[in-house]
Amino acid sequence: MYIIIVGGGNVGYYLAKTLVAARHEVLVLEKDRLRYRTISEELGEVVMQGDGCQADQQLEAGFGRADAVVATTGSDDDNLVVCQMAKMEFNVPRTISRVNDPRNEKLFHRLGIDATVSSTKIIYNLIEQEVGGGEVIPLAALSRGNIEIVEIEISKRSPVLGREIRTLEMPGEALIISIIRNDHAILPSGDTSFAMGDSVIALVNADQEPELREVFAESA
Amino acid sequence: MNIIILGCGRVGSTFARLMYRDGHSVTIIDLQSEAFRRLGVKYKGARIVGNGIDEDVLKRAGIEHADVFIAVTQGDNRNIMASQIAKNVFDVPKVIARIYDPIRADRYRQLGLTTLCTTTIASGLLRDFVSTDQWGIAKDYSQEYLALNV
Repeated sequence: MYIIIVGGGNVGYYLAKTLVAARHEVLVLEKDRLRYRTISEELGEVVMQGDGCQADQQLEAGFGRADAVVATTGSDDDNLVVCQMAKMEFNVPRTISRVNDPRNEKLFHRLGIDATVSSTKIIYNLIEQEVGGGEVIPLAALSRGNIEIVEIEISKRSPVLGREIRTLEMPGEALIISIIRNDHAILPSGDTSFAMGDSVIALVNADQEPELREVFAESA
Repeated sequence: MNIIILGCGRVGSTFARLMYRDGHSVTIIDLQSEAFRRLGVKYKGARIVGNGIDEDVLKRAGIEHADVFIAVTQGDNRNIMASQIAKNVFDVPKVIARIYDPIRADRYRQLGLTTLCTTTIASGLLRDFVSTDQWGIAKDYSQEYLALNV
């Protein structure tokens, strides 16, 4: 695959090294001349100096044949425009953006970016996983972020412990797709009941996540 | 009208003063409070220090009730992103982004944004004046620019 990384900061630099090691064809576009010199000493010819938002430089960098464009700069506005221009000008099949402000993930999906990554949100979710009982933890987003796959841990304080799925007042657009019990995935039916230590995997419309949260919420 | 202006540079501050003088309710946003010095003493509209691509800042500026949103910061991408938030998230009826790069100005216009490319306007006017000794009318030259492909 040919992957173009826009932004040669730490994220872009290590991503390039990892992709090169995995034998992908990689190009890093870095705007700043000093930073460009520093990383090209290490990465060699796969680094190009240029502005990834500018159509002529996108052309020169080969956006037209890229399988994916990844925007990794520290500015969300730059990342957004890199990905939108890549789509508009070169119809790049997959655009991936780093998102610094996690609230921008939803916006970016709405504005046509294929995938977003927010390290803030990932770290937050890890913390939630450590401390939270009955927390609804997002695992992945489908359909441009409208549908989420979430995981819910069932602890001994869970209000649904021992109850059958059919007795839950689930939100209209939510579906329990699996229960992980003792490392085995169960495909549940209406009369499956919840046990301590279960991981419940559900699909939910992002708008109805708060209601799903209500169903599994543990009282403090 | 409720008007929000993002970026208190020369254009932003001048436009804010004009619209305030005409009796509109004006709010201007800039990252740095020193920029508000450009507004002079007659401007009594609102000033907000903050990042214009942050929805909380835009809400503080009253974007939910804005009739007009103008993005004139120094950064094309910042203007593009803020304008898309104003248009797509807050449904502001009239949104205009100043974009220096003629290509980006054209592409985002095709995407439905109203864009103002001062680069092609100024260079078009200059070309007219240099070749005919007369100032042309201030129209948008970006289509012509793109057709010439210079």
